[in-house]
Amino acid sequence: MPQLDPSTFAPQLFWLVVTFVLLYLAMWKIALPKIGSILQDRQERIDDDLEKAEKLKQDAEAVREAYEKTVAEGRNKAQDTIRAASEKMAAEAASQHAALTEKLNAQTAEAEARIDAAKEQALANIRTVATDVTQAAAGKLIGREISEADAEKAVASVLDEERH
Amino acid sequence: MAAEGHGPLAQFEIKTLIPLKMGEIDVSFTNSALFMSLTLVLVTLFLVLGMRQRALIPGRWQSMAEMSYEFVANLLRDTVGNEGRKYFPFVFTLFMFILFGNMLGMIPYSFTFTSHVIVTFAMALTVFVGVTILGFVKHGLHFFSFFVPPGVSVVLWPLMIPIEIISYLSRPISLSVRLFANLTAGHTMLKVFAGFIISLGVVGGVLPFAFVVALTGLELLIAFLQAYVFTILTCFYINDALHLH
Repeated sequence: MPQLDPSTFAPQLFWLVVTFVLLYLAMWKIALPKIGSILQDRQERIDDDLEKAEKLKQDAEAVREAYEKTVAEGRNKAQDTIRAASEKMAAEAASQHAALTEKLNAQTAEAEARIDAAKEQALANIRTVATDVTQAAAGKLIGREISEADAEKAVASVLDEERH
Repeated sequence: MAAEGHGPLAQFEIKTLIPLKMGEIDVSFTNSALFMSLTLVLVTLFLVLGMRQRALIPGRWQSMAEMSYEFVANLLRDTVGNEGRKYFPFVFTLFMFILFGNMLGMIPYSFTFTSHVIVTFAMALTVFVGVTILGFVKHGLHFFSFFVPPGVSVVLWPLMIPIEIISYLSRPISLSVRLFANLTAGHTMLKVFAGFIISLGVVGGVLPFAFVVALTGLELLIAFLQAYVFTILTCFYINDALHLH
Protein backbone atom coordinates (compact mmCIF):
# COMPACT_ATOMS: atom_id res chain seq x y z
CA MET A 1 0.00 0.00 0.00
CA PRO A 2 1.67 3.24 -1.11
CA GLN A 3 0.11 5.10 1.84
CA LEU A 4 2.30 3.21 4.30
CA ASP A 5 5.65 4.01 2.70
CA PRO A 6 7.46 6.20 5.27
CA SER A 7 9.81 7.69 2.70
CA THR A 8 6.89 9.66 1.22
CA PHE A 9 5.84 11.16 4.55
CA ALA A 10 8.31 14.02 4.73
CA PRO A 11 7.55 15.67 1.37
CA GLN A 12 3.80 15.20 1.87
CA LEU A 13 3.89 16.76 5.32
CA PHE A 14 6.10 19.60 4.13
CA TRP A 15 3.80 20.55 1.27
CA LEU A 16 0.71 20.01 3.40
CA VAL A 17 2.02 22.56 5.88
CA VAL A 18 3.02 24.99 3.12
CA THR A 19 -0.25 24.83 1.18
CA PHE A 20 -2.49 24.68 4.23
CA VAL A 21 -0.84 27.66 5.89
CA LEU A 22 -0.98 29.64 2.63
CA LEU A 23 -4.65 28.73 2.17
CA TYR A 24 -5.33 29.67 5.78
CA LEU A 25 -3.70 33.06 5.28
CA ALA A 26 -5.57 33.63 2.02
CA MET A 27 -8.89 32.76 3.66
CA TRP A 28 -8.20 34.66 6.87
CA LYS A 29 -6.84 37.84 5.33
CA ILE A 30 -8.51 38.07 1.91
CA ALA A 31 -11.45 35.81 1.10
CA LEU A 32 -13.40 35.62 4.36
CA PRO A 33 -13.32 39.37 5.20
CA LYS A 34 -14.51 40.03 1.65
CA ILE A 35 -17.45 37.64 1.86
CA GLY A 36 -18.19 38.64 5.44
CA SER A 37 -18.35 42.33 4.59
CA ILE A 38 -20.71 41.85 1.66
CA LEU A 39 -22.96 39.60 3.70
CA GLN A 40 -22.98 42.20 6.45
CA ASP A 41 -23.70 44.98 3.93
CA ARG A 42 -26.63 42.98 2.61
CA GLN A 43 -27.91 42.27 6.10
CA GLU A 44 -27.66 45.97 6.97
CA ARG A 45 -29.43 46.90 3.77
CA ILE A 46 -32.22 44.43 4.54
CA ASP A 47 -32.50 45.68 8.11
CA ASP A 48 -32.56 49.25 6.84
CA ASP A 49 -35.32 48.43 4.36
CA LEU A 50 -37.29 46.62 7.02
CA GLU A 51 -36.91 49.61 9.32
CA LYS A 52 -38.12 51.92 6.55
CA ALA A 53 -41.08 49.66 5.87
CA GLU A 54 -41.89 49.62 9.57
CA LYS A 55 -41.78 53.42 9.70
CA LEU A 56 -44.00 53.73 6.64
CA LYS A 57 -46.43 51.31 8.19
CA GLN A 58 -46.53 53.39 11.36
CA ASP A 59 -47.12 56.54 9.31
CA ALA A 60 -49.97 54.88 7.47
CA GLU A 61 -51.38 53.74 10.78
CA ALA A 62 -51.25 57.33 12.12
CA VAL A 63 -53.01 58.63 9.03
CA ARG A 64 -55.68 55.97 9.38
CA GLU A 65 -56.20 56.87 13.03
CA ALA A 66 -56.52 60.57 12.19
CA TYR A 67 -59.02 59.72 9.46
CA GLU A 68 -61.08 57.57 11.78
CA LYS A 69 -61.01 60.28 14.42
CA THR A 70 -62.27 62.84 11.88
CA VAL A 71 -65.03 60.51 10.76
CA ALA A 72 -66.08 59.85 14.34
CA GLU A 73 -66.09 63.57 15.11
CA GLY A 74 -68.19 64.28 12.02
CA ARG A 75 -70.63 61.57 13.00
CA ASN A 76 -70.97 62.97 16.52
CA LYS A 77 -71.46 66.44 15.18
CA ALA A 78 -74.13 65.27 12.75
CA GLN A 79 -75.94 63.44 15.53
CA ASP A 80 -75.83 66.57 17.71
CA THR A 81 -77.29 68.62 14.88
CA ILE A 82 -80.02 66.08 14.26
CA ARG A 83 -80.84 65.94 17.95
CA ALA A 84 -81.02 69.75 18.25
CA ALA A 85 -83.18 70.03 15.14
CA SER A 86 -85.56 67.34 16.31
CA GLU A 87 -85.82 68.93 19.76
CA LYS A 88 -86.56 72.31 18.20
CA MET A 89 -89.18 70.79 15.93
CA ALA A 90 -90.80 68.94 18.82
CA ALA A 91 -91.00 72.16 20.85
CA GLU A 92 -92.48 74.03 17.91
CA ALA A 93 -95.03 71.29 17.31
CA ALA A 94 -96.01 71.32 20.97
CA SER A 95 -96.51 75.09 21.02
CA GLN A 96 -98.53 75.00 17.80
CA HIS A 97 -100.60 72.17 19.21
CA ALA A 98 -101.30 74.19 22.35
CA ALA A 99 -102.30 77.28 20.35
CA LEU A 100 -104.59 75.24 18.14
CA THR A 101 -106.18 73.57 21.16
CA GLU A 102 -106.80 76.95 22.75
CA LYS A 103 -108.36 78.32 19.57
CA LEU A 104 -110.56 75.26 19.18
CA ASN A 105 -111.68 75.48 22.80
CA ALA A 106 -112.60 79.13 22.31
CA GLN A 107 -114.56 78.32 19.15
CA THR A 108 -116.31 75.44 20.93
CA ALA A 109 -117.27 77.69 23.81
CA GLU A 110 -118.58 80.35 21.44
CA ALA A 111 -120.55 77.77 19.46
CA GLU A 112 -122.05 76.34 22.65
CA ALA A 113 -123.09 79.89 23.76
CA ARG A 114 -124.70 80.45 20.39
CA ILE A 115 -126.56 77.12 20.62
CA ASP A 116 -127.80 78.01 24.12
CA ALA A 117 -129.07 81.40 22.91
CA ALA A 118 -130.81 79.80 19.93
CA LYS A 119 -132.33 77.22 22.23
CA GLU A 120 -133.65 79.94 24.59
CA GLN A 121 -135.09 81.83 21.70
CA ALA A 122 -136.67 78.69 20.26
CA LEU A 123 -138.26 77.91 23.62
CA ALA A 124 -139.58 81.44 23.85
CA ASN A 125 -141.02 81.17 20.38
CA ILE A 126 -142.64 77.85 21.27
CA ARG A 127 -144.45 79.50 24.15
CA THR A 128 -145.89 82.26 21.94
CA VAL A 129 -146.90 79.85 19.19
CA ALA A 130 -148.41 77.43 21.70
CA THR A 131 -150.44 80.24 23.31
CA ASP A 132 -151.76 81.31 19.90
CA VAL A 133 -152.58 77.74 18.93
CA THR A 134 -154.23 77.08 22.31
CA GLN A 135 -156.31 80.22 22.06
CA ALA A 136 -157.45 79.45 18.53
CA ALA A 137 -158.06 75.75 19.22
CA ALA A 138 -159.94 76.41 22.42
CA GLY A 139 -162.06 78.98 20.57
CA LYS A 140 -162.94 76.47 17.92
CA LEU A 141 -163.57 73.67 20.42
CA ILE A 142 -165.69 75.48 22.97
CA GLY A 143 -167.16 78.05 20.66
CA ARG A 144 -166.04 81.08 22.53
CA GLU A 145 -163.04 83.24 22.77
CA ILE A 146 -160.68 82.65 25.70
CA SER A 147 -158.45 85.36 26.92
CA GLU A 148 -154.87 85.39 25.95
CA ALA A 149 -153.87 85.36 29.62
CA ASP A 150 -155.76 82.13 30.28
CA ALA A 151 -154.20 80.47 27.28
CA GLU A 152 -150.82 81.60 28.34
CA LYS A 153 -151.37 80.23 31.83
CA ALA A 154 -152.43 76.85 30.49
CA VAL A 155 -149.43 76.61 28.20
CA ALA A 156 -147.11 77.69 30.96
CA SER A 157 -148.51 75.03 33.31
CA VAL A 158 -147.98 72.29 30.72
CA LEU A 159 -144.52 73.50 29.73
CA ASP A 160 -143.47 73.91 33.33
CA GLU A 161 -144.84 70.43 34.09
CA GLU A 162 -142.81 69.11 31.23
CA ARG A 163 -139.77 70.89 32.44
CA HIS A 164 -139.96 69.71 36.01
CA MET B 1 6.15 -2.56 -13.01
CA ALA B 2 3.56 -2.66 -15.79
CA ALA B 3 1.18 -4.79 -13.71
CA GLU B 4 1.73 -2.56 -10.72
CA GLY B 5 1.08 0.54 -12.85
CA HIS B 6 -2.46 -0.64 -13.54
CA GLY B 7 -3.29 -2.14 -10.17
CA PRO B 8 -6.08 -0.66 -8.06
CA LEU B 9 -3.56 0.84 -5.64
CA ALA B 10 -1.31 2.40 -8.26
CA GLN B 11 -3.35 5.60 -8.15
CA PHE B 12 -2.14 6.22 -4.61
CA GLU B 13 1.54 6.15 -5.49
CA ILE B 14 3.57 9.23 -4.67
CA LYS B 15 5.57 10.31 -7.71
CA THR B 16 8.30 12.86 -7.36
CA LEU B 17 7.95 15.63 -9.95
CA ILE B 18 10.72 18.00 -8.81
CA PRO B 19 13.31 16.53 -6.42
CA LEU B 20 14.08 18.98 -3.62
CA LYS B 21 16.14 18.68 -0.46
CA MET B 22 16.10 20.89 2.62
CA GLY B 23 19.16 19.83 4.58
CA GLU B 24 18.73 16.13 5.16
CA ILE B 25 14.95 16.24 4.68
CA ASP B 26 13.29 15.25 1.42
CA VAL B 27 10.85 18.00 0.42
CA SER B 28 10.41 17.01 -3.21
CA PHE B 29 7.48 18.46 -5.11
CA THR B 30 5.33 15.37 -5.73
CA ASN B 31 1.97 14.70 -7.38
CA SER B 32 0.48 15.04 -3.90
CA ALA B 33 2.06 18.48 -3.51
CA LEU B 34 0.82 19.39 -7.00
CA PHE B 35 -2.80 18.68 -6.04
CA MET B 36 -2.44 20.43 -2.71
CA SER B 37 -1.17 23.49 -4.58
CA LEU B 38 -4.00 23.16 -7.10
CA THR B 39 -6.45 23.07 -4.20
CA LEU B 40 -4.84 26.18 -2.72
CA VAL B 41 -5.10 28.05 -6.03
CA LEU B 42 -8.62 26.85 -6.91
CA VAL B 43 -10.13 27.60 -3.50
CA THR B 44 -8.56 31.05 -3.48
CA LEU B 45 -9.67 31.81 -7.04
CA PHE B 46 -13.15 30.39 -6.41
CA LEU B 47 -13.71 32.70 -3.47
CA VAL B 48 -11.77 35.80 -4.53
CA LEU B 49 -12.94 35.87 -8.15
CA GLY B 50 -16.44 34.82 -7.13
CA MET B 51 -16.68 37.85 -4.88
CA ARG B 52 -14.96 40.33 -7.22
CA GLN B 53 -18.22 42.04 -8.21
CA ARG B 54 -19.38 42.46 -4.62
CA ALA B 55 -22.95 42.45 -5.93
CA LEU B 56 -25.78 43.14 -3.54
CA ILE B 57 -27.81 40.57 -5.42
CA PRO B 58 -25.31 37.78 -6.05
CA GLY B 59 -24.87 35.93 -9.33
CA ARG B 60 -24.43 32.16 -9.47
CA TRP B 61 -20.73 32.14 -8.71
CA GLN B 62 -20.97 34.67 -5.91
CA SER B 63 -23.91 32.72 -4.50
CA MET B 64 -21.78 29.59 -4.35
CA ALA B 65 -18.95 31.42 -2.62
CA GLU B 66 -21.39 32.92 -0.12
CA MET B 67 -23.08 29.56 0.35
CA SER B 68 -19.82 27.87 1.29
CA TYR B 69 -19.12 30.70 3.73
CA GLU B 70 -22.54 30.51 5.32
CA PHE B 71 -22.54 26.71 5.36
CA VAL B 72 -19.41 26.58 7.49
CA ALA B 73 -20.40 29.64 9.53
CA ASN B 74 -23.76 28.08 10.41
CA LEU B 75 -22.10 24.76 11.18
CA LEU B 76 -19.74 26.47 13.60
CA ARG B 77 -22.44 28.64 15.15
CA ASP B 78 -24.84 25.73 15.64
CA THR B 79 -22.25 23.53 17.34
CA VAL B 80 -20.03 26.00 19.19
CA GLY B 81 -22.04 29.22 19.40
CA ASN B 82 -20.77 32.75 19.02
CA GLU B 83 -17.49 32.08 20.84
CA GLY B 84 -16.53 29.91 17.88
CA ARG B 85 -16.17 32.90 15.54
CA LYS B 86 -12.47 33.15 16.33
CA TYR B 87 -11.83 29.70 14.90
CA PHE B 88 -13.93 30.27 11.78
CA PRO B 89 -10.97 30.93 9.41
CA PHE B 90 -9.32 27.69 10.49
CA VAL B 91 -12.48 25.58 10.28
CA PHE B 92 -13.36 27.12 6.92
CA THR B 93 -9.86 26.47 5.55
CA LEU B 94 -10.06 22.89 6.77
CA PHE B 95 -13.43 22.33 5.09
CA MET B 96 -12.47 23.89 1.76
CA PHE B 97 -9.07 22.16 1.70
CA ILE B 98 -10.56 18.71 2.27
CA LEU B 99 -13.59 19.32 0.02
CA PHE B 100 -11.54 20.54 -2.94
CA GLY B 101 -8.93 17.83 -2.32
CA ASN B 102 -11.65 15.16 -2.39
CA MET B 103 -13.38 16.65 -5.42
CA LEU B 104 -10.16 17.06 -7.42
CA GLY B 105 -9.52 13.41 -6.67
CA MET B 106 -12.74 12.51 -8.48
CA ILE B 107 -11.26 13.66 -11.78
CA PRO B 108 -9.87 10.62 -13.66
CA TYR B 109 -6.04 10.34 -13.64
CA SER B 110 -5.83 12.88 -10.83
CA PHE B 111 -4.38 12.28 -7.39
CA THR B 112 -6.32 12.33 -4.11
CA PHE B 113 -4.05 13.67 -1.39
CA THR B 114 -6.74 13.05 1.27
CA SER B 115 -6.38 9.30 0.59
CA HIS B 116 -3.03 9.34 2.33
CA VAL B 117 -3.24 8.60 6.01
CA ILE B 118 -0.20 10.72 6.81
CA VAL B 119 -1.97 13.80 5.42
CA THR B 120 -5.28 13.17 7.17
CA PHE B 121 -3.46 12.22 10.37
CA ALA B 122 -1.45 15.43 10.29
CA MET B 123 -4.63 17.45 9.95
CA ALA B 124 -6.43 15.46 12.65
CA LEU B 125 -3.44 15.76 14.98
CA THR B 126 -3.33 19.53 14.38
CA VAL B 127 -6.99 19.73 15.34
CA PHE B 128 -6.45 17.47 18.36
CA VAL B 129 -3.41 19.31 19.69
CA GLY B 130 -4.94 22.71 18.99
CA VAL B 131 -8.17 21.81 20.73
CA THR B 132 -6.36 20.36 23.74
CA ILE B 133 -4.21 23.48 24.10
CA LEU B 134 -7.38 25.56 23.74
CA GLY B 135 -9.00 23.58 26.55
CA PHE B 136 -6.03 24.09 28.87
CA VAL B 137 -5.75 27.80 28.06
CA LYS B 138 -9.48 28.27 28.64
CA HIS B 139 -9.91 26.15 31.77
CA GLY B 140 -6.43 25.46 33.17
CA LEU B 141 -6.21 22.23 35.15
CA HIS B 142 -10.00 22.26 35.42
CA PHE B 143 -9.88 20.89 31.87
CA PHE B 144 -9.27 17.43 33.38
CA SER B 145 -12.83 17.46 34.70
CA PHE B 146 -13.76 16.84 31.08
CA PHE B 147 -12.80 13.21 31.64
CA VAL B 148 -15.31 12.83 34.47
CA PRO B 149 -18.72 12.23 32.91
CA PRO B 150 -21.41 14.28 34.64
CA GLY B 151 -24.11 12.48 36.57
CA VAL B 152 -22.08 9.30 37.07
CA SER B 153 -21.68 8.03 40.62
CA VAL B 154 -18.20 8.05 42.18
CA VAL B 155 -18.21 4.26 42.28
CA LEU B 156 -18.06 4.15 38.50
CA TRP B 157 -15.28 6.72 38.16
CA PRO B 158 -12.42 4.20 38.05
CA LEU B 159 -14.18 2.61 35.10
CA MET B 160 -15.47 5.71 33.34
CA ILE B 161 -12.41 7.94 33.53
CA PRO B 162 -10.07 5.56 31.66
CA ILE B 163 -12.78 5.04 29.03
CA GLU B 164 -13.17 8.77 28.59
CA ILE B 165 -9.40 9.28 28.34
CA ILE B 166 -9.03 6.50 25.79
CA SER B 167 -11.94 7.86 23.73
CA TYR B 168 -10.39 11.32 23.88
CA LEU B 169 -6.97 10.10 22.81
CA SER B 170 -8.43 8.06 19.96
CA ARG B 171 -10.03 11.14 18.43
CA PRO B 172 -7.16 12.00 16.05
CA ILE B 173 -6.96 8.38 14.93
CA SER B 174 -10.68 8.00 14.23
CA LEU B 175 -10.83 11.42 12.61
CA SER B 176 -7.93 10.73 10.26
CA VAL B 177 -8.67 7.07 9.51
CA ARG B 178 -12.32 7.85 8.69
CA LEU B 179 -11.35 10.27 5.94
CA PHE B 180 -8.41 8.27 4.64
CA ALA B 181 -10.25 4.92 4.64
CA ASN B 182 -13.36 6.29 2.96
CA LEU B 183 -11.39 7.91 0.18
CA THR B 184 -9.00 4.99 -0.30
CA ALA B 185 -11.76 2.37 -0.29
CA GLY B 186 -13.92 4.36 -2.69
CA HIS B 187 -11.16 5.01 -5.17
CA THR B 188 -9.90 1.44 -4.97
CA MET B 189 -13.39 0.09 -5.62
CA LEU B 190 -13.83 2.41 -8.61
CA LYS B 191 -10.55 1.18 -10.02
CA VAL B 192 -11.40 -2.49 -9.44
CA PHE B 193 -14.75 -2.21 -11.21
CA ALA B 194 -13.21 -0.14 -13.98
CA GLY B 195 -10.73 -3.01 -14.45
CA PHE B 196 -13.67 -5.43 -14.85
CA ILE B 197 -14.97 -3.40 -17.79
CA ILE B 198 -11.75 -4.08 -19.68
CA SER B 199 -11.47 -7.74 -18.72
CA LEU B 200 -15.15 -8.55 -19.49
CA GLY B 201 -15.12 -6.90 -22.92
CA VAL B 202 -17.79 -4.86 -24.69
CA VAL B 203 -20.80 -7.08 -23.90
CA GLY B 204 -19.96 -8.21 -20.39
CA GLY B 205 -18.50 -4.87 -19.47
CA VAL B 206 -21.85 -3.08 -19.54
CA LEU B 207 -22.72 -4.18 -16.04
CA PRO B 208 -19.52 -3.04 -14.31
CA PHE B 209 -19.63 0.13 -16.39
CA ALA B 210 -23.11 0.94 -15.05
CA PHE B 211 -21.83 0.11 -11.59
CA VAL B 212 -18.87 2.45 -11.98
CA VAL B 213 -21.20 5.26 -13.10
CA ALA B 214 -23.40 4.76 -10.05
CA LEU B 215 -20.35 4.44 -7.81
CA THR B 216 -18.95 7.71 -9.14
CA GLY B 217 -22.12 9.46 -8.00
CA LEU B 218 -21.79 7.85 -4.59
CA GLU B 219 -18.13 8.83 -4.40
CA LEU B 220 -19.01 12.47 -5.16
CA LEU B 221 -21.44 12.34 -2.25
CA ILE B 222 -18.79 10.76 -0.02
CA ALA B 223 -16.25 13.37 -1.09
CA PHE B 224 -18.55 16.08 0.22
CA LEU B 225 -19.80 14.10 3.19
CA GLN B 226 -16.32 13.28 4.52
CA ALA B 227 -15.26 16.93 4.29
CA TYR B 228 -18.44 17.78 6.19
CA VAL B 229 -17.88 15.08 8.81
CA PHE B 230 -14.28 16.14 9.38
CA THR B 231 -15.39 19.75 9.78
CA ILE B 232 -18.34 19.11 12.07
CA LEU B 233 -16.27 16.84 14.31
CA THR B 234 -13.66 19.59 14.54
CA CYS B 235 -16.48 21.94 15.57
CA PHE B 236 -17.61 19.45 18.23
CA TYR B 237 -14.10 19.17 19.59
CA ILE B 238 -13.76 22.95 19.76
CA ASN B 239 -17.09 23.08 21.55
CA ASP B 240 -15.92 20.42 24.04
CA ALA B 241 -12.73 22.38 24.73
CA LEU B 242 -14.65 25.64 25.25
CA HIS B 243 -17.58 24.34 27.26
CA LEU B 244 -16.44 20.95 28.71
CA HIS B 245 -19.36 18.57 28.12
